Amino acid sequence: MIATVVAAAQAGDAMSSTPFVAIFTVFVLAVFVGYYVVWGVTPALHTPLMAVTNALSSIVIVGAMLQTVTIDGSAFSATSILGAFAVFLASINIFGGFAVTERMLAMFKPKAKKAAVVTDVIGNKTAGGDA
Amino acid sequence: MNNLTEMNIIAANADWFYLIGAILFVLTLRGLSSPKTAIRGNRLGMVAMAIAVVTTFFLAEGPVLWLIIGAMVLGAIVGMWKAKTVAMTQMPETVALMHSFVGLAAVAIAVATVLHTEQAHSTVARLELFIGCFIGAITFSASVFAFGKLAAKSWAKTLIGSWVKPVQALLFLAMVSFGTVYFITDSLPAFYAMTVLAIVFGWMWIAPIGGGDMPVVVSLLNSFSGWAAAGIGFTLGNSMLIIAGSLVGSSGAILSYIMCRAMNRSLLNVLFGGMGSTAAVASADDGAPKNYKSGSAEDAGFLMANASDVIIVPGYGMAQGRAQNAVKELYELLKEKGVNVRFAIHPVAGRMPGHMNVLLAEADVPYDDILEMDEINSDFASTDVVLIIGANDVVNPSAKDDPSSPIFGMPILEVSKAQTVMVIKRSMSTGYAGLDNSLFYMDKTMMIFGDAKKMVEEMVRSINGSH
Repeated sequence: MIATVVAAAQAGDAMSSTPFVAIFTVFVLAVFVGYYVVWGVTPALHTPLMAVTNALSSIVIVGAMLQTVTIDGSAFSATSILGAFAVFLASINIFGGFAVTERMLAMFKPKAKKAAVVTDVIGNKTAGGDA
Repeated sequence: MNNLTEMNIIAANADWFYLIGAILFVLTLRGLSSPKTAIRGNRLGMVAMAIAVVTTFFLAEGPVLWLIIGAMVLGAIVGMWKAKTVAMTQMPETVALMHSFVGLAAVAIAVATVLHTEQAHSTVARLELFIGCFIGAITFSASVFAFGKLAAKSWAKTLIGSWVKPVQALLFLAMVSFGTVYFITDSLPAFYAMTVLAIVFGWMWIAPIGGGDMPVVVSLLNSFSGWAAAGIGFTLGNSMLIIAGSLVGSSGAILSYIMCRAMNRSLLNVLFGGMGSTAAVASADDGAPKNYKSGSAEDAGFLMANASDVIIVPGYGMAQGRAQNAVKELYELLKEKGVNVRFAIHPVAGRMPGHMNVLLAEADVPYDDILEMDEINSDFASTDVVLIIGANDVVNPSAKDDPSSPIFGMPILEVSKAQTVMVIKRSMSTGYAGLDNSLFYMDKTMMIFGDAKKMVEEMVRSINGSH
């Protein structure tokens, strides 16, 4: 099967002009980058990590947008409707994911001053910078 | 398409923008290495996403703008509203639900691509569609189940029985077979059949797994949602999607690994066997009479106020009882009295990685006083009082000294080394693993029965009243 795949890839792909091996190389390297970057994430932030990765994987919105197109002169087709549905789902995650991550991260505060513990995002960020 | 060259020029530029997006995505995760840089990281992620979306508007051939923008606005409203209103205690199920959206979106995109009448699909494209679609479908239904389980919905019933595994295997084989038929013959019905089977399989796959293992499942589905995105990236030949998907995929995989390691179990053991059924058996023979000491919240408050070192160990019970604000009050009060108070977090405390940290952060406990298991384990020996709030298996000494225990070998918080251990618990019932905890019967242990929030509030009152 691999031979078929490679042969087909070399024959030229209908959907992309990039050879399969090139794009597979990107994939493998990206996994390595992901591996090292994620091990650097502090365990305290694992929940925000999951929320923000949700927003990141919603990058599939790009694929969804490319399907929400006029086909045979019509704006409405099974493809464009499904595409729009996927855009909708991905948007929930993108906006929701980044917003909820922001909300969570704003809660993480160092042991700066004792008195002012009001939820003041800007004040806390300056405190973080000082430390 | 006469303007092919023009399209190519735009596409070439688009790749540059996508590259910027990909770099920013890496920096987003990099930012999470410390709470100080995390917010900036998150904002870089937003910028990257905006770049990607805007670029795609230029790249699409004949996009139906109002349909795309309409769907985006609608999604934005739903997403922002949910992000603003969701309680931090509900984060695990919310994250699971979001995974299911990624999965469903991937399925919708794959089906839309298959139905796209203006595109022919090469063998490679079909292979990518087939893999992308079934990963998406499994992510979708498995995440819906995980959501139901975490939100304690009645429809999310744990499946137990000897028939489960053969049925799982059968579903999986059928799914792969139909996928292969589609790959070879380009048959649409085969593609649909595969998708439906994948959805059923996803459900059946997660349904036998117990609630205590949900942190692993949620992490794993996080990983799956990433691979699904990478799959779509392969279909489109888009490097940025592949990079973003791979980052998420590795992230989820690493979290699953950390969770499994913290339970001393292999991923295969969590997914395909073990604890679920043992738990059912073990919890049945609950109630053999053994001696334990119980005390009041006042006693506990007195002990802590007169200690010099206190470590608080929160578990799922703190989340369930929404006790985090009361705990923070207790923390501040003891601090004022000059007690060195810190928190010890086990990697699998709660229902998702980092669950306890977020709850304590929400209650305004500074993160410098919240320590991970490896950072604090050696300090228990020099600690006067340990207060355990709704944690059980993660402090069970059997994991260290009883080779017959199902959790033997699991790394635990070594609370039994402290002078005094106090445990807030609803009753003497067993934890998620369904095991009795020898810690509760030790001489130095004092059980405080009651609701976590109420008990902590009583401790605060007693300390306040004592001077």
